[in-house]
Amino acid sequence: MMTIAPTSAPAGLASRLGPLARELGVTTFLGAVLFLPFIGLYSENLTSGLQLVKRWEDWAWAIGAVFVGRLLLIVWREWPGRRRSTGALGAALRPVGSFLRYNMTSIGLIALVLAIAFPLTSFGNRYTIDVATTWMIYIMLGWGLNIVVGLAGLLDLGYVAFYAVGAYSYALLATEFGWSFWVCLPLAGLFAAFFGVTLGFPVLRLRGDYLAIVTLGFGEIIRVILLNWVPVTHGPNGVSAIPRPSFFGFEFSRTASDGAMTFHQLLGIDYSPLHRVIFLFYVILALAVLTNLFTQRIRRLPVGRAWEALREDEIACRSLGINPTNIKLSAFALGAMFGGFAGSFFATRQGFISPESFSFMESAVILAIVVLGGMGSQVGVVIAAFVLVVMPEIFREFEQYRMLVFGAAMVAVMVWRPGGLLAYRDPTLRLGGKKGRVAPEGDPA
Amino acid sequence: MAYFLQQLINGLTLGAIYGLIAIGYTMVYGIIGMINFAHGEIYMIGAFLAITTYLVLGGAEMASVPLGLMAMLVVSMVFTAAYGWTVERLAYRPLRGSFRLAPLISAIGMSIALQNYVQITQGARVKSIQPIIQGGFEIYSQDGFGVQLSYLQIIIWLLTVGLMIAFTYLITSTSLGRQQRACEQDRKMAALVGVNVDRTISLTFVLGATLAAVAGLITTLYYGVIDFYVGFLAGMKAFTAAVLGGIGSLPGAMLGGLMIGLIEAFWSAYFTIEYKDVATFGILVLVLIFKPTGFLGKPEVEKV
Repeated sequence: MMTIAPTSAPAGLASRLGPLARELGVTTFLGAVLFLPFIGLYSENLTSGLQLVKRWEDWAWAIGAVFVGRLLLIVWREWPGRRRSTGALGAALRPVGSFLRYNMTSIGLIALVLAIAFPLTSFGNRYTIDVATTWMIYIMLGWGLNIVVGLAGLLDLGYVAFYAVGAYSYALLATEFGWSFWVCLPLAGLFAAFFGVTLGFPVLRLRGDYLAIVTLGFGEIIRVILLNWVPVTHGPNGVSAIPRPSFFGFEFSRTASDGAMTFHQLLGIDYSPLHRVIFLFYVILALAVLTNLFTQRIRRLPVGRAWEALREDEIACRSLGINPTNIKLSAFALGAMFGGFAGSFFATRQGFISPESFSFMESAVILAIVVLGGMGSQVGVVIAAFVLVVMPEIFREFEQYRMLVFGAAMVAVMVWRPGGLLAYRDPTLRLGGKKGRVAPEGDPA
Repeated sequence: MAYFLQQLINGLTLGAIYGLIAIGYTMVYGIIGMINFAHGEIYMIGAFLAITTYLVLGGAEMASVPLGLMAMLVVSMVFTAAYGWTVERLAYRPLRGSFRLAPLISAIGMSIALQNYVQITQGARVKSIQPIIQGGFEIYSQDGFGVQLSYLQIIIWLLTVGLMIAFTYLITSTSLGRQQRACEQDRKMAALVGVNVDRTISLTFVLGATLAAVAGLITTLYYGVIDFYVGFLAGMKAFTAAVLGGIGSLPGAMLGGLMIGLIEAFWSAYFTIEYKDVATFGILVLVLIFKPTGFLGKPEVEKV
């Protein structure tokens, strides 16, 4: 996005043709240089070693793409009558944002009703419910991380570690001791919160960027331990045959184990494997709604207000007698706890987990969901999770280019809308104007 | 003793690589206060460029090894610098003055994009080449265990030391270095006295990328094996090194790099190789708790 400083008065386009052509030329040349060693030349793996392959045609196409792309950008920028100050994307999203903001409760309820009804409608086949469940997991993770990043302003690059702790604690408790999902779920959350506190206690005194790198390191440490502590975690093989949750003791299977009753017998309907899929969807929906309600409520409690105050100005908070370490620790622990819940749900849904599911990329995706959605915005998380998780799911045919586009999209959104897709930061309390109005925000679904 | 000495040699070589990458992190952090997350990927691109140049030169049958190595060095530095410059221009410059997390997110996006770009264009399989420089000599022997010091290790050390001298000169005694330090202290003030801030920041990225390219070349020569994923872990460790040495300090970055290299080498030798990354990050956490400014960093004054 090399932008020439916008000339104040739109002088005649003709007089600027020279610089524009130069701009176009420079970009194309740069593209040619950058693509030459990667697209133009290719080191092919042969059994005898590496061999150089020349791909001039691909290279030419790539240069052409850069040329056309830059040309379109220039035309778009120079189009007569276009407003210079704001991007079109921003202008288009602003009314959406304000509409959502002022009708939050009703929209949230409608969304919740739609979500509940969705599996029972004709849209609810196995594939769509599966995708929706994945979406819900990421919404929940996003909401959990939002407490840490969005509300408390702590940059956590290792959130997936808590997700992993939750997943492994359920998986191991269930496979080794045969504990049920509903007993393990709170335990998994507690474990994750405990890890959050253990990690947070020494490092939360650090400044933001150091915190980021320590959490990143912590995420890697957890993954390395999961990978190498073979006697407990089964190493790279992962934990398999993780039991599925039951509905108050009624299993989702064709035939019940001794002395038990299955779900379809309970309702007196025919067995269908879809029941369990739908049930899992409702479980994660309930968990996600719980996360959201919790966040909405705690934002109005002293501790929630302290988080946001701390995010804005730590020194001011200290002089007001708030203990920053304790407040940050509480945010860290609560965020970790929801990560742990989501993790144990992930384990029971997949039935198999391995350290591979908890790589740094997961942390990056969750963080991207929070930031692209607009930090602190609960609806933003829902939309960003859709963009980042569901869209790639739909466009699976382009598997190869999925992550490339994902990374590029992260850059593009930051460049065009640095505050996120639905960027706004409402203070919870206002002075004057709408007196003491509590800003409605969030979305219970 | 002999074993210890051998690990010392290996650790210093590894440390040189981390140190060269760490300088890029520390300079960028010093000047614009962001973690350039894509820097590890820049290093990986440098390593790929070294392999491609090696193949262009005819692979193992290249005409002259010293000239070939020089060519690999120069080509890899130039192209990697172009990548470093472009990354800054595309992903960071538009975000200057935005909120603190924005460039970091953009950098993570850039890192993912670059990694997958290389994976798509060059394939996901590991690239390996035959060692170009072979041989060495035994400097010490004890109980039948000889300590090997290869010619390649000597070259790596000389190259690193040479670059460090050149770099120190560049930063302390040239006009560019003065501008760079001025921007580091106060960007607005520097702009007022006529420093072209944007250009200086671009040059910082270019310099960092150049050193990362050297690190990439060294990796290619020393290990002979790379893939599109090498940048992530190396970048993370190099950042750890920069923090360890005191972020913002150039000698600190080199010192931190050497320390991380030594820790890794000794941990792998005397304890378990599987947990070497855990050791590195464990030490990072300890340093941050007890000496948050790193070894050579300046304490940061908090202003209201």
